[in-house]
Amino acid sequence: MLAGHARRRRTAGALAVLLTATLALAGCGSKTGQNTAAAGASVDTSGDTVKVGLLNSLSGTMAISEVTVRDAILLAVEEINAAGGVLGKKIEPIGEDGASDWPTFAEKAEKLIKENGVAAVFGCWTSASRKAVKPVFEANKSLLFYPVQYEGLEQSPYIFYTGATTNQQIVPGLDYLKSQGKTSVYLVGSDYVFPRTANKIIKAYAQANGMTVLGEDYAPLGSTEFGTIVNKVKAAKAAAVFNTLNGDSNVAFFKEYKSAGLTAASTPVVSVSIAEEEVKSIGTQYLADQLTAWNYYQTTPGAANEKFVAAYKAKYGADKPTSDPMEAAYVSVHLWKAMVEKAGSFDVEKVKAAADGVTYEAPEGLVTVDGATQHIHKTARIGKVDASGLITEVWNSGGPLKPDPYLKGYPWATGLS
Amino acid sequence: MTVLVGQLFTGVSIGAVLLLIALGLSLTFGQMGVINMAHGEFIMAGAYTVYVLQGAISSAGISLFVALPVAFLVAGALGALLEYLLIRRLYARPLDTLLVTWGVSLILQQLARDIFGAPNVQTRAPDWLTGNVPLFGDLTLSTNRLFILALAILAVVGLTLVLRLTPLGRRIRAVVQNRDLAAVSGIPTGRVDRLTFFIGSGLAGVAGVALTLLGPIGPTMGTNLIIDAFLVVVVGGIGTLKGGVIVAFVLGTLQSLVEYTTTLSVAKVVVFVAIVGFLQWRPQGLFTLRTRSLA
Amino acid sequence: MTATVTRDPAAPPATPRRRVVVSGPARAAIGFASGALLLFALAPSALSDFRLSLLAKYLCLAMVAVGIGLAWGRGGLLTLGQGVFFGLGGYAMAMHMKLADAGPGELPDFMALYGQLDALPWWWRPFASPWFALPATVLLPMLVAFLLGSLVFRRRVRGAYFAILSQALAAALVIFLIGQQGTTGGTNGLTDFQGFFGYDLDDPVNQRMVYFIVAGGLLLLLALARQLMHSRYGELLVAVRDGEERVRFLGHNPATVKLVAYVVAAGMAGLAGALFVPAVGIINPALIGVVPSIEFVVGVAVGGRAVLLGPVLGAVAVAWARTSLSEEFPAAWTYLQGLLFVLVVAFLPGGLASLPALARRLRRTPRQEVGT
Repeated sequence: MLAGHARRRRTAGALAVLLTATLALAGCGSKTGQNTAAAGASVDTSGDTVKVGLLNSLSGTMAISEVTVRDAILLAVEEINAAGGVLGKKIEPIGEDGASDWPTFAEKAEKLIKENGVAAVFGCWTSASRKAVKPVFEANKSLLFYPVQYEGLEQSPYIFYTGATTNQQIVPGLDYLKSQGKTSVYLVGSDYVFPRTANKIIKAYAQANGMTVLGEDYAPLGSTEFGTIVNKVKAAKAAAVFNTLNGDSNVAFFKEYKSAGLTAASTPVVSVSIAEEEVKSIGTQYLADQLTAWNYYQTTPGAANEKFVAAYKAKYGADKPTSDPMEAAYVSVHLWKAMVEKAGSFDVEKVKAAADGVTYEAPEGLVTVDGATQHIHKTARIGKVDASGLITEVWNSGGPLKPDPYLKGYPWATGLS
Repeated sequence: MTVLVGQLFTGVSIGAVLLLIALGLSLTFGQMGVINMAHGEFIMAGAYTVYVLQGAISSAGISLFVALPVAFLVAGALGALLEYLLIRRLYARPLDTLLVTWGVSLILQQLARDIFGAPNVQTRAPDWLTGNVPLFGDLTLSTNRLFILALAILAVVGLTLVLRLTPLGRRIRAVVQNRDLAAVSGIPTGRVDRLTFFIGSGLAGVAGVALTLLGPIGPTMGTNLIIDAFLVVVVGGIGTLKGGVIVAFVLGTLQSLVEYTTTLSVAKVVVFVAIVGFLQWRPQGLFTLRTRSLA
Repeated sequence: MTATVTRDPAAPPATPRRRVVVSGPARAAIGFASGALLLFALAPSALSDFRLSLLAKYLCLAMVAVGIGLAWGRGGLLTLGQGVFFGLGGYAMAMHMKLADAGPGELPDFMALYGQLDALPWWWRPFASPWFALPATVLLPMLVAFLLGSLVFRRRVRGAYFAILSQALAAALVIFLIGQQGTTGGTNGLTDFQGFFGYDLDDPVNQRMVYFIVAGGLLLLLALARQLMHSRYGELLVAVRDGEERVRFLGHNPATVKLVAYVVAAGMAGLAGALFVPAVGIINPALIGVVPSIEFVVGVAVGGRAVLLGPVLGAVAVAWARTSLSEEFPAAWTYLQGLLFVLVVAFLPGGLASLPALARRLRRTPRQEVGT
């Protein structure tokens, strides 16, 4: 037992030393609000290339969607390099795998900025991954280009949003339903930020426009059991369904929907997360004639789109469809190039300052960057899934809509943010 | 009234899906004590069998019925292989089988991703399985869920008959009740184990075929349902089919009724709490197998 | 599974107690000192800020591993739900940091955005005080573990059942957190922290500070785990693992012995979660569900579950391999992770830590072991 005592005392001594060491080493950094914040990360422009980061999930549940976005970004990089690069420098893409895991996104974003000195990062898909990396980009004063439609109510000074915000996708979708004489809707969504925020907006819209929201249901992400939800939709006798489900859940939902005897003719579903790629995995057997709301379809007419679709299929295979997020990602690289060239510099602050009014003849039509919100002007398009698995446009907004992430231009939306 | 009957039917059909998945587990986990985390990937193998067969046989109806036995064989063979290569070395360490088979499930998922691609694939259901049967009023019963219910009942009856009436079934029951005594009596326990695993995994394959009618077919399709299925076996009781059958339908109905009035999230949590509470009352599950071994 | 007295092959051969008493403390002191030297002097000077913050993240995972090593390696309790406790600790800390950022009387940013709440929910309120939040990061997980453990162990729920129940608990907690988006942040979790007890988290100096606290915390837990393992209780724990019935017949209550290990492991996971938040800057449901809970165990199994340092080295090695390999070969990493796990658990249950002993045993004829 003597040995035991000695051991205990020695351990206690060691712990005391450890504690002191921790405290001594841990001391004094700046307090919050002292505004000594880290200087912006420096863009590495040495050498004859400029590095950009590609941050997408290559593994995990989101890989399905995000790999196609990465392919589209790489296509844009290839085109730009073939045309001589940006400011005389070739673009060197550095890919990182976000692994469908939000902390990994934050970690990889930090790595791209601090270790690689990238001039900008392209990627992220889910709102959760964007929220996770947002503080990283803001702390390091580095740029993220985010290519996916999202729930709005956000405006980070270091993020450019090239997908639709709510007034360019959800509101037009509702306008379309209203124009078709649908006066009641049922809301079905996955349980995460985008559907919940979208549905908040939809409810405010409905109230102001004489629509009734007959019900609102959320399924956990990845859930594939929709018996009950479809029963509820059916019992409510809604005129239409607004669907913000994500990924796998859509497959189960539409199979159940058809089995219950609900059809596109009787109760159409407007989906905001089903693009050409998803149609392929659900099957036209279940999806034919259902509606989608986006800004771009593979079938969108125009020379720019023909060129984009041809180039994409030539690079990745004739059976690969192009979709809205892919197009937005492709456009984001070209827009960054245009901003850098207008600024004459890769410096983040100068690029930001030059952003306003930059345009690009995109596959979806002419897009313009709105400097104040760092979103872009986009045309809203409602489409219908056809028997071949493509989506054809049935309505569009007639021209690009000004982005309004906080819906300030809509009186019914006051109090939402 | 319509709503209640509709929800009961949905609950029963959730139960049928759970039961189809849990049946195989009740053999491998319930009877052999192996926690096979790769069971979900055997379900996936069954579902991809439908996809592959539809490439060869264009008629959706015929390919579905061909897929049932083929998926049973494919998944069963995978299971038997797993048993032969790994699990038989681990019978003394049930917790380690959980970890090993989890590693196997990772590998199988990635394999599926490399062979079939990361995105979900689509299969066509025959037209008579995408409609519904009107009952009264607004109430309709969807044919795919009726089909799955029939399949689940068929599987239970078939498995019961095999266990009760065939020499193989007698051997399986003997090994479960007292492995040492069975071995002493001249039953080749190693071979019985492999056959049990073959049947259990094969049933997962059949469940996979059924799931193509309901949900997505992709590399991770098995992982969502597997824990629920394990709970069914745990609550039902080890070594008995009866318990599993009752519990599957009770849990399914409970979930669908709670979900109708609240949300799926709440329903899942309620089901979990009910299970923990139940195990306080009957830690050995609903039914216990009377055995003289010291398990 | 007829016999209840199966010896866990993962356990190292029972070392005669004499040897531990004589050489243990000295070796431990040397090990402790060199560990401190490595973590406090070598790593900070050799690594860039970014790599150091990665190391801080790994060390947090290693803290969870220390607890699993104790409960699983020593006690034979496969704790497949450690994510729950990690999450409780993490959320407790994150809630405090969010409230501190918002300032007194204000709502955290995400709540105003998604919750449409006028006032803070009652269960958030106490976390405004560091005197509540800090102890809660450890005590809350311990309390939950105590409740669940005393329910489960007393009813003699068997190992496999316990493992599945733990997983179901993790799944249920994740579903609950996601469902309550307005008050928990939903799938996004809690992120975008400005300060840590008044210190600006964007400042690299303060990031370093967080690293030192994490490293100190890990060494503290290691010391605690070592004390426990070498105490009378530690021997009782091993005895419960190897022959629960025998321990019961000797007049001890195995349920209590298991419960202590389970609760201590939960507390360690809670502390790890709490430090993870300032070190990584986010806590979300995906970090605490079924898969991460299994992944915590992966590192422990690979390193060697039954020895003190095995879990730590295993957890750090696996996390490091994930970061560096998944960058280049995401698909190959999945295969490797699966394969590593299969091979180590099936064929090298003692983990990598048992390799030297294995080599030694191959070289000379095995000594007669004392008892089983």
